Amino acid sequence: MIEKTGVPTRTQILKEFPDLIVLKKPKAIIECYKDIPCNPCDTSCPFDAIHVPQDINQRPQINFDKCTGCGVCVYHCPGLAITVRQIKADKAILKIPYEFVPLPQKDAIVKVLDRSGKHLTDGLIKQVRINESQDKTAIITIEIEAKHIIEAMTIEVPYGS
Amino acid sequence: MHKEVIIIGAGPAGLTAASQLLKIGVEVMLIDRNDLVGGQLTKQTHMFFGSEKQHASKRGIDILTMLDEKLKQYPNKLTVFTQTTVVGLYNDKVVTCIKDDRYFKLSADAIIIATGASEKSLPFENNDLPGVYAAGAVQTLMNVYGVKPGHKVLMVGSGNIGLIVSYQLMQAGVHVVGLVEAADHISGYLVHASKIKRLGVDLWMNTSVKKAIGVDSVEAVEIWQLDDQWQGIPGTEKQLEVDTICIAVGLAPLTELLQQIGAEVVYIRELGGNVPRVNKHYETSINNVFACGDVTGIEEASSAMIAGEITGIETALKLGYHVPNHTAKLTQLHCDLDTLRQGPHGSKIRQGIAKLGVQL
Repeated sequence: MIEKTGVPTRTQILKEFPDLIVLKKPKAIIECYKDIPCNPCDTSCPFDAIHVPQDINQRPQINFDKCTGCGVCVYHCPGLAITVRQIKADKAILKIPYEFVPLPQKDAIVKVLDRSGKHLTDGLIKQVRINESQDKTAIITIEIEAKHIIEAMTIEVPYGS
Repeated sequence: MHKEVIIIGAGPAGLTAASQLLKIGVEVMLIDRNDLVGGQLTKQTHMFFGSEKQHASKRGIDILTMLDEKLKQYPNKLTVFTQTTVVGLYNDKVVTCIKDDRYFKLSADAIIIATGASEKSLPFENNDLPGVYAAGAVQTLMNVYGVKPGHKVLMVGSGNIGLIVSYQLMQAGVHVVGLVEAADHISGYLVHASKIKRLGVDLWMNTSVKKAIGVDSVEAVEIWQLDDQWQGIPGTEKQLEVDTICIAVGLAPLTELLQQIGAEVVYIRELGGNVPRVNKHYETSINNVFACGDVTGIEEASSAMIAGEITGIETALKLGYHVPNHTAKLTQLHCDLDTLRQGPHGSKIRQGIAKLGVQL
């Protein structure tokens, strides 16, 4: 369980996903599994798609009809708990927050990890976005096989030597 | 030198208290023993939680820059002493300091103690070997001075400091071999835990350090599982090759100066240990001596910044200053603090404050 391992259960994860048909368009998936006093996802969303109740300790709710998958919440979330996911034919497109250097290069093949840090598959870097408004949190767009849309979480980082 | 208010400790609480006082028109002397003002903010490269009012989503170091800019608007009212250690505090509001091996006296009409906290240690065999660090020290080395503490690290403690410093070690290119936690669950924010777990760092619950191994410095660490009485279980020992053991097992308020002047101090476990008995105006049992921030109970920096603002306003009122709309301002600030203390992570501080018996 997540309180002991840091890894959410599949049931917890699926609760945060819409029907996969909805992911034909990019949508933010918010994985904030415990009440903490925090609301930048709500205040940063340009489309009013994320709502944190008056008591900011309560977890955010997302309206997938309003969410455009723009990714602004991805770099505003202090917990790096938001990703954007989309299914395009047999591929899944994943946008993740990334705070390591060096940044991966476009067109590179990288190891894609699941929520427990296991090597799930390899992915292709489609885009690396970093600008001033992102405040040092890059957004990496990765293409993987569609079947990994739920399990994929991040990419390997260059730590250790 | 005499000023209206001396603030001891220029961390999040001390800086926001100073900022409020200066805005009201009060002269302030700010004293800190470190090279830079900012306290923990100088090394907090992660984004803050909370709401916009507490600069949520901004990084601690950038919040420090903003606070510093505010103080710079009052060059004539503010004196800052860095690398200055307060060694004595007296009932007539005289403060004795040491800077550059020179001993000198300062005095004020009111004093705010915002000394923060120090890191707790952990007893285990060889815990004095070089390579055994407090997590805050590791964070300072990396994020303030750009020095890697080692190559392979075991983190001890799953509070927010342990989790965040693990992540920052990885950002610095250091291998985090794993994280041990004596309790049966992660004590910090789960989002921080998930951040390091998904990058391959295992978190071992009910586990602690048995001993550090090494001749001149740490070469390995032996960890073992704990039973429900927190006693090590023989036969569960596991050896890990590391050169650094990073201890993040909590903080204790720095109340020595308050004890020196005989301010009433009470032991409240939930607040981190000995804390001054303050009233709802953040004034201690000694007239015109106030306290705020982690010295009154261990919390997040966001809470310390609000408590500092309240204390700044309260101190100005006590000195007879007129503060426009102070009732509304104070009510709002207390309300913001209450909000941050709601939720499961605020339960300890809520219990602690209940024991203190005042509405902070």
